[in-house]
Amino acid sequence: MEFSFALVWEILPQLLLATIVTVEATMVGFVLSLVFGAVLVTLMRTPSRPVRALARFVMEFFRATPLLAQLYFLFFVLPSAGIVLSPFVTGVIALGLHYGAYAAEAYRAGLESVPKGQWEAALSLNYTKLRTYLSVVLPQALPPVVPALGNIAIAMVKDTAILSAITVTELMFVANEIGSERFQYTEPVTAAAVIYLVLSLVATALIHLIDKRFRPEEAPA
Amino acid sequence: MQVVWDYRMLLLQGVWITIQVTVTATMLAIVLSLLAGLARQSNVWLLRTPATVYVELFRGTSLLAQLFWMFFVLPAFGVSMTPLLCGVLAIGLCNGAYGSEIVRGALRSVAREQREAAIALNFNRFQAFRIVVLPQAARIMTPLFGNLAIEVMKASSLVSLITLPDLTFQARNINLVHVVTAPVLIVVLLIYFAIALVISGGTRGVEHALAKGRDRLAA
Repeated sequence: MEFSFALVWEILPQLLLATIVTVEATMVGFVLSLVFGAVLVTLMRTPSRPVRALARFVMEFFRATPLLAQLYFLFFVLPSAGIVLSPFVTGVIALGLHYGAYAAEAYRAGLESVPKGQWEAALSLNYTKLRTYLSVVLPQALPPVVPALGNIAIAMVKDTAILSAITVTELMFVANEIGSERFQYTEPVTAAAVIYLVLSLVATALIHLIDKRFRPEEAPA
Repeated sequence: MQVVWDYRMLLLQGVWITIQVTVTATMLAIVLSLLAGLARQSNVWLLRTPATVYVELFRGTSLLAQLFWMFFVLPAFGVSMTPLLCGVLAIGLCNGAYGSEIVRGALRSVAREQREAAIALNFNRFQAFRIVVLPQAARIMTPLFGNLAIEVMKASSLVSLITLPDLTFQARNINLVHVVTAPVLIVVLLIYFAIALVISGGTRGVEHALAKGRDRLAA
């Protein structure tokens, strides 16, 4: 068995096109997860006990069940409820929901890390609740959360491969398709794995950079 | 709900495979994380470098890519494995790489004085590790390994994509036969959730048992 670099070279354009879909899915999914996580963590902090309990359950449930099963649920059940979405949209929604639960947990840890005295100080300054959040709590709660959110993004890059199961034409799907067309899996699957490695290395470097940017603000002037 | 009852045997067979993959892959992952975690701490570069390469390689690539690689590519190099072995190996290797960071962090968290005390008591390196460092690191590692086991369980759903009829595979197949399938998928998700609850309950049990030993020693 030989590894043919000529074949890799030949299929590389196809794989790179598919990589764009992978990157798009990661970015849209990541934004959705940030939003959904924020919604969940807000619901977990409402005065209503049943709402809090429900939000908590949703968070635990989404984190403890496989992304693939959640993906199938959206893919098969939504159309029977009359909601027809493209595989890509279904896929990024699943990513957003699954990782949103992780993001909610990260936000929660960040919010809890803000000392109670900060809340009391804002109260004594007669700040409204919204103003307390915006100008006192969040600026302190978010920077420590950045690495955790970064890990979510890195995990998501790799998990976009699962979207191939519902025919999203991302990297893994295309690599597989090339493999089955040519009866030659070695080159496409290996090349795909290398591309994932490069993507997650780039993502890691990016997050390191963003984290560094946030850090100096942490220290009081 | 009738659909779920009609297909209960298929679903139970699926659960059995999911449990098999989860348990064996978790054991493999824990052994590999201990080995890799220790090797990365080692002073010997011949141990450290391969461990680092292993961890970075398996953490940097998609698990599904690893799974497909073992399933489709390795046979071309003359290594043929059953789907079950393939799944367990890929999931165990990938999560072992993640787990090695747990071991590394836990070993680091054991205070230096503890090792110094062990040297003062004339323990050799192996004794110091087994009697002083490991029991303390184990208490930190246990809940994290519990989380790892849940990650392994979730990852086990991917074996459905290499033709292994696990819970997710059955759910998908029932979907292809029937039109109204929400109950099946909800039940499948609930089963996964139940398995996760069992894992976290078991982890708490282990944590409790390890904490007991500590109280006895402190008294």
